[in-house]
Amino acid sequence: MLTYVLKRVLMTIPVMVVVALFVFLLLRLAPGDPAAVIAGDYATAEDVQRIREQLGLSQPIIVQFFNWSLQLMQGDLGTSIFSNKPVTELIAQRIEPTMLLALTTILFSILVAVPLGTIAAFRAGSWVDRSVMLFSVGGFSVPVFVLGYILIYVFSLNLRILPVQGYRSPFEDGLGPFLAHITLPTVTLSVIFIALIARMTRASVIEVLEEDYIRTARAKGQSEFKVLMRHALRNAAVPIVTVVGIGIALLIGGVVVTESVYNIPGLGRLVLDAVLARDYPIIQGLILFFSFLYILLNLLIDLTYTFLDPRIRY
Amino acid sequence: MAEQSAHDTAAATPMPKGIKDPSVFQLALRNKSVFWGSILLALIVVIAAIGPFLTLDPVALNPMNRLKAPGEAGLFGTDQLGRDVFSRVVNGARVSLIVGLAVAAVAVAIGLFLGLIAGYIRVMDALIMRVMDGLMSIPAILLAIAMISLSGATLATVVIAIVIPEIPRVVRLVRSVVLTVREEPYVEAAISVGTPVPLIMSRHVLPNTIAPLIVQATYICGSAMLTEAILGFLGAGIPPEIPSWGNIMSEGRTFFQLTPWIIFFPGICLAVTVLAVNIVGDGLRDTLDPRIARNMR
Repeated sequence: MLTYVLKRVLMTIPVMVVVALFVFLLLRLAPGDPAAVIAGDYATAEDVQRIREQLGLSQPIIVQFFNWSLQLMQGDLGTSIFSNKPVTELIAQRIEPTMLLALTTILFSILVAVPLGTIAAFRAGSWVDRSVMLFSVGGFSVPVFVLGYILIYVFSLNLRILPVQGYRSPFEDGLGPFLAHITLPTVTLSVIFIALIARMTRASVIEVLEEDYIRTARAKGQSEFKVLMRHALRNAAVPIVTVVGIGIALLIGGVVVTESVYNIPGLGRLVLDAVLARDYPIIQGLILFFSFLYILLNLLIDLTYTFLDPRIRY
Repeated sequence: MAEQSAHDTAAATPMPKGIKDPSVFQLALRNKSVFWGSILLALIVVIAAIGPFLTLDPVALNPMNRLKAPGEAGLFGTDQLGRDVFSRVVNGARVSLIVGLAVAAVAVAIGLFLGLIAGYIRVMDALIMRVMDGLMSIPAILLAIAMISLSGATLATVVIAIVIPEIPRVVRLVRSVVLTVREEPYVEAAISVGTPVPLIMSRHVLPNTIAPLIVQATYICGSAMLTEAILGFLGAGIPPEIPSWGNIMSEGRTFFQLTPWIIFFPGICLAVTVLAVNIVGDGLRDTLDPRIARNMR
């Protein structure tokens, strides 16, 4: 067990190295002169040179990578070109709305998707099952931002029951305003996540329902509800949890879009502002931040199995 | 799990050799969702192909006719510069379809190549798969945004930026097929009689990858269209001179409360197109890949 945990932790290192190398090479291998692209159409030669210096592009590439990795290992994600602030500081300022939105979305999605998928599996082939599957195909097809605008149009502009846009912090403005502002973004972002989790839950529960121990449980007269909850769902949990972990990558992309639709001042908006301002170090820092976060969360999920599911022994 | 899948796929997709067994595509078309999805898709392709010749100029400005409602001026109204939204949406269909197809084709080609190498050449396996693991942990949209902001937004850079995050999934799929096929008795037999590696690849391994790759390609096509629209919507996609569903919606944001249809029309078109592609994909998966289908049904 301990060797497995150790092995699994060590396995994340090459992945992180690949991510870092890739992000590092992205800037260096970009066609044309990235410093000129970042500087924009109206930049003078001095501007371009200044940006090149700031990105460290004038040194030999090996030296660049060495210095850059050294900084990275000390937790330095780079410095913004325009505000001259460390990217980690900018991330810290904007992280609260993003993390809370991600959290409400994951909670809401699981609460909706797991029961939906379980019922669909239990009544496989029925109209309930077909509508769940239809919803999941639809959920993968509707763009996040279109859904966002439809929800704003219906609930904010026409029915006027929820605020149009913006964000309120639960720590400063109280829980009520926070929930009112976070509801539509959460629902918007959840749809694709619900589609994903419901599909996996259904597939996984259907497979478990064919097992011998389910027949045994039914044969000894256990109620269908208990069969589902105690035997089926619990054994189907591992693939469901895995898909939640994989879905976090999806969630990160969705957060950028959702924050843009609902004007939420989080990390997604930080990316977009950086794109508009051509502030590449911020974009690069955020890619590294999100990628490492994703790797660590999936490590955590993998390790959780070994404690939750006694059948998994390595 | 993966071992089974490749085996069943091979069994379920009779590869016509000599005997005219027209099954694969005819079988697929017999599937209801493939049939209706294909019809819907064909309709969209026709509109995208000939529509732009029949509609107004999508970039012609008409300042007198700004922000008109649908029906008041043109079928879908006009935007803040007085451009006809209907012609813009019809023209935008081209961008979505081109990006979807291009991304699917390029991602499958590169993924197939790398997957065959990883599956067959043991030394390369670990290297390629670690790189793919790393690539998969980078959020696709952020990676695309970064690449586009470095090299400037053109149709080509947008396609490349969407292709790269899609490659790992294809590589994993192809590799898993190769790993199982190479253990099959008929491949061992081929090796034992001294068949050269390229011939084993093209005659025994490649045909087994076709069915799962077709299914994967349709899903990539659908998600590429969505990503293109998201990039356009965020202002990091196809430049505004070429109308695309993404950048029409992006420009519609400013006046959303006044003229929500500028977002809704292209949005609905995009959703319907992606839905059609995904329905075809689901249907193909059911007919071509019975093992996954059994789990998903």
